[in-house]
Amino acid sequence: MRVPGRGLTQDARLVPFTFDGKGHAGRDGDTLASALMGEGVRLVARSFKYHRPRGVLSAGSEEPNALVTVEGVPNTRATVQEIWDGMSARSQNAWPSLAIDAMGVNDLLDPFLGAGFYYKTFMWPRTLWERLYEPVIRRAAGLGRLSGHADDAPFEKAWAHCDLLVIGAGPAGLMAALVAARAGADVILADEGARMGGRLLAEVDPVEGRAPHLWADGVVAELREMPNVRLLPRTTVTGAYDGGTYGALERVGLHRAPVAHRPVECFWRIVAKRAVLAAGAIERPLAFPDNDRPGVMLAGSVRTYLNRWGVVPGPRIAVYGNNDDAHRTARDLAAAGLKVAALIDTRGEARIEEAGFPVMTGARVVGTRGRLGLAAVTVEGVGGRREFEVDGLAVSGGWSPAVHLTCHLGGKPAWDERLQAFLPREGAVPGLVACGAANGVFSTAGCLRDGLRAAGESLEALGLAVPPVEVPEAEGEAGTVGPFVLASGGRQFVDFQNDVTVKDIRLSAQEGFQSVEHMKRYTTLGMATDQGKTSNVPALAVLAEALGSPVASTGTTTFRPPYTPVSISAMGAGGQGVGFAPQRLTTSHQAALQRGAPMIEAGLWYRPSYFPRPGELSWRQACDREVAMVRHSVGVCDVSTLGKIDVQGPDAAAFLDFVYSNTMSTLPVGKVRYGLMLREDGFVMDDGTCARLGLQHYVVTTTTAAAAQVMRHLDFVAQVLRPDFDVQCVSVTEQWAQVSIAGPWSREMVQAVVEADLSDERLPYMGCAEAAVLGVPGRVFRISFSGERAYEIAVPARYGASLWRLLVAQAESLGGGAYGLEALNVLRIEKGFITHAEIHGRTTAFDIGMERMVAKGKDCVGWASSRRPGLLDENREQLVGLRPLVRTGQITAGAHLYGRDAAAMRENGQGYVTSACWSPTFETALGLGFLKGGRARHGEVVRLVDAMRAVETLVEVTEPVFLDPEGGRMRG
Amino acid sequence: MVRLLEASPAQGLGLPLSVGGATLSEVVLGPVWSIAPFAGRAGALAEKLGVALPAPDRVVSADDVRLLWAGPGRALLVGGVPPDLSGLAAVVEQGDGIVAVALEGLAARDVLARLVPLDLRDVAFPEGATARTLLNHMSATLLRTGPQAYEVLGMRSMAGTLVREIGEAMRHVAGREEL
Repeated sequence: MRVPGRGLTQDARLVPFTFDGKGHAGRDGDTLASALMGEGVRLVARSFKYHRPRGVLSAGSEEPNALVTVEGVPNTRATVQEIWDGMSARSQNAWPSLAIDAMGVNDLLDPFLGAGFYYKTFMWPRTLWERLYEPVIRRAAGLGRLSGHADDAPFEKAWAHCDLLVIGAGPAGLMAALVAARAGADVILADEGARMGGRLLAEVDPVEGRAPHLWADGVVAELREMPNVRLLPRTTVTGAYDGGTYGALERVGLHRAPVAHRPVECFWRIVAKRAVLAAGAIERPLAFPDNDRPGVMLAGSVRTYLNRWGVVPGPRIAVYGNNDDAHRTARDLAAAGLKVAALIDTRGEARIEEAGFPVMTGARVVGTRGRLGLAAVTVEGVGGRREFEVDGLAVSGGWSPAVHLTCHLGGKPAWDERLQAFLPREGAVPGLVACGAANGVFSTAGCLRDGLRAAGESLEALGLAVPPVEVPEAEGEAGTVGPFVLASGGRQFVDFQNDVTVKDIRLSAQEGFQSVEHMKRYTTLGMATDQGKTSNVPALAVLAEALGSPVASTGTTTFRPPYTPVSISAMGAGGQGVGFAPQRLTTSHQAALQRGAPMIEAGLWYRPSYFPRPGELSWRQACDREVAMVRHSVGVCDVSTLGKIDVQGPDAAAFLDFVYSNTMSTLPVGKVRYGLMLREDGFVMDDGTCARLGLQHYVVTTTTAAAAQVMRHLDFVAQVLRPDFDVQCVSVTEQWAQVSIAGPWSREMVQAVVEADLSDERLPYMGCAEAAVLGVPGRVFRISFSGERAYEIAVPARYGASLWRLLVAQAESLGGGAYGLEALNVLRIEKGFITHAEIHGRTTAFDIGMERMVAKGKDCVGWASSRRPGLLDENREQLVGLRPLVRTGQITAGAHLYGRDAAAMRENGQGYVTSACWSPTFETALGLGFLKGGRARHGEVVRLVDAMRAVETLVEVTEPVFLDPEGGRMRG
Repeated sequence: MVRLLEASPAQGLGLPLSVGGATLSEVVLGPVWSIAPFAGRAGALAEKLGVALPAPDRVVSADDVRLLWAGPGRALLVGGVPPDLSGLAAVVEQGDGIVAVALEGLAARDVLARLVPLDLRDVAFPEGATARTLLNHMSATLLRTGPQAYEVLGMRSMAGTLVREIGEAMRHVAGREEL
């Protein structure tokens, strides 16, 4: 119901929206909750377990009841969501409608659905769990439904740095920010609300002789003009982390209709030298029978709705509390011309001035009436029971300082008996100081002074002088609060969102779950999306009473980030689709795409898989053709992605002798050597080639996906293990585009683009040279990964695209062409060359048959560990080749090897397959793998079993080389 | 006579791009060389170069040539070819592996704040500063070249990702202006 002449938005324009398909109108600046209240709608939700009719309880992010789905986003708090033109909101958890909800029958089953009922039911028969219970529970569980579509709205993440982060822009926060900003500090002021001011927007008591919101507006206006201030409204600081880092979620575009490119939310990481927590306090309700009907609200929130938005739940309202603050609600309602049915204070000693409405002290609310909305409350006082007909009941059990952020680094708050609340512990978050209501200061004047104090402490730590500032005049009465009172009887709700009652908490204590951590999990209190903001302290009061111990010793559960829910889209902003990881593209990428090559990801690199030609129906056809091309004509492949590291210096040779297992210092200039690098534990880390371009100049290559790791390793060796080496390593992976040309026609191909003499005398196998390539300074390496005569040409990357296209055109004229990773893999398996499929991190040089490559006469990384007897055991799994007995036999990578007649069980495992392919050269499947004692078992037949792909093949164990074991084809 | 044709790293990526208060364009750096002095040769190197290697996070300029700090005991010479430094330092060409873009405009700093975790306030990152940092997930070198001007140096292979992510941040920052 709208109250004429009240609220800060009474003159704002009308904004149409729909709720459950019905058209409504609110004012610009309304939240969905205030707009619905203005339209007379009190029923907005059905509770989680019992499907009880629920209405709005609060005016902030602590709201446990009014969760709605807005434009497909579930569990949006109606108290936070601002309305915009045409916005569509739907209630949750009710079918077929809010008013007539079929699941409301749950409410009648409450004796059976109490705390821990899932541990007592659904336990037998066990066979029904997967088939019946779990699917039923899964369908019933959860609040709100996801749309099922991927969220492709724009989200973003951002960083900000400042001297002082002020969390909360109420009186304390505004004061702190103003003082710090005037002192010249870089200040970031963040507030959850759309408009800054906190409770100054909700109360009427004057500040500096004016309406409090005017003072707030004035401060904000001054701050907005200052270049050292960043204002972040609609921003919740969600977590305190190490090193003065804070996470915050900003609602950038949620209060307007969506627009392309405008982020919906922004997740901030704010690094602040100091921080002030002025997050205010959260009011808590009292427990009494049927205390959850639509129309029952927090007393401070009723003031917010009345004074800020000019709306109330109805014309007749009763006020019920255990503290002086609740009296202000009765006073404001009466002043607005509304009927205050009664002001009920639990404290017998409460003093209330003559107010023009009935006052009952030492009294309690013991019941309410009105199924779809509050109709009446029953009060028990000294004179007996009385019933009042009301539309709303404003309830207050006192205020809990919002201490959550102070506990994020493991700190525990301290119970204050006088305030009946937890207070933050100083120093719980280094660099953060709490002030105002967040620190237990509950009067406006007190908050203003406390904000000044907090700013002063922060400025001192920052080394800045505190400017002269006058604290404005304001009301200074905080009042007192009494203890919680607990009535008898059922359906006294404590956690509204998870439907946890006083009875549940008492049951938990009775059944032995007495620690607050156990009570939380057993009853699920505090585990809903509101994280127990309004239920935490009342629950502790109930538990303490049940255990007969004070609240102080009951303790509280751990507060963890985020303070309010953060959408995964915001935390993962920028990471959707291709944003997941950077894409590394070769200079021939476009040319490959134009030839229709599908791409494979190797590390972050994209490499062509194969180059389909017209008429080819499968990847295998293309692959077989490309293998044949390389074996009989010539093939061109972009190998730029392999890591290339330039190593120079007086100790370059000694350095490489130290990182390679074999010797590089003996490598002549102009030659290339294959090498292994071991990890410190003696296992193989990487293999690659090392080319010597000069006496103190080498170029090291690495596997594509291991380039960064090897570079890090070399840096570590040079900086940490052997800083005595005078050597410099620089990555040149990106500097050079490198193309491999392989096949019988490769020399003619290379000679066509390189002027220098590349005859076998001048450039033998495993030789290298610097040479001009079509006039451009380049390098030529004679190395082979295919087993054919082959060369690699390197040119500066700017020429890479041009070179590749030229070479492919030349190759095609010779009956060859481009080849991709599939063919590359087949060629190397036929030749028995290993990749990281074989040196997967758990194999040694001994295992792969290269123990002679670990030089005995010198030390190297991993040398000592590689000599451990267990790593030299003859029974270790050793590299072998595998060939099916029957030509149609399949070999799959990942298959396991067993004795011919042994059962395919783990205990009988003899080894496994690491690489497999169809070999067009040999017209059979081929494989490489590891077999126990394999080197002594050539000729034996073993059984290959791939249980996942249902493959079973008898295979012969062979040398791990199939093609040209002497290497004559490569060496020319 | 056949010649190889050159392609710049950001060719075909739609630059220059102007969105809201920011403009992204490709920068042609010219020659770029990594210079890393050998042990005890930093002094002799400075003499040969005519200038000492820059301090961490600093840039030394002379005419169009810049010397950027690039890590402990390492600098990047941008815009010029180094003299003969044999025996004094490891000199390695790096220019072809680098994509360089300029981001300018009133919104430039806000755009970078979406991608770079550094403190970009004037007091922390003034004109003439450089830093090795991250641009989202990629290693990058950031330079402040003017009151509202920055240069970003990334790896050539990731040019596409660099332009796409900066472009997206530019659109998001511009998207807020309408509110």
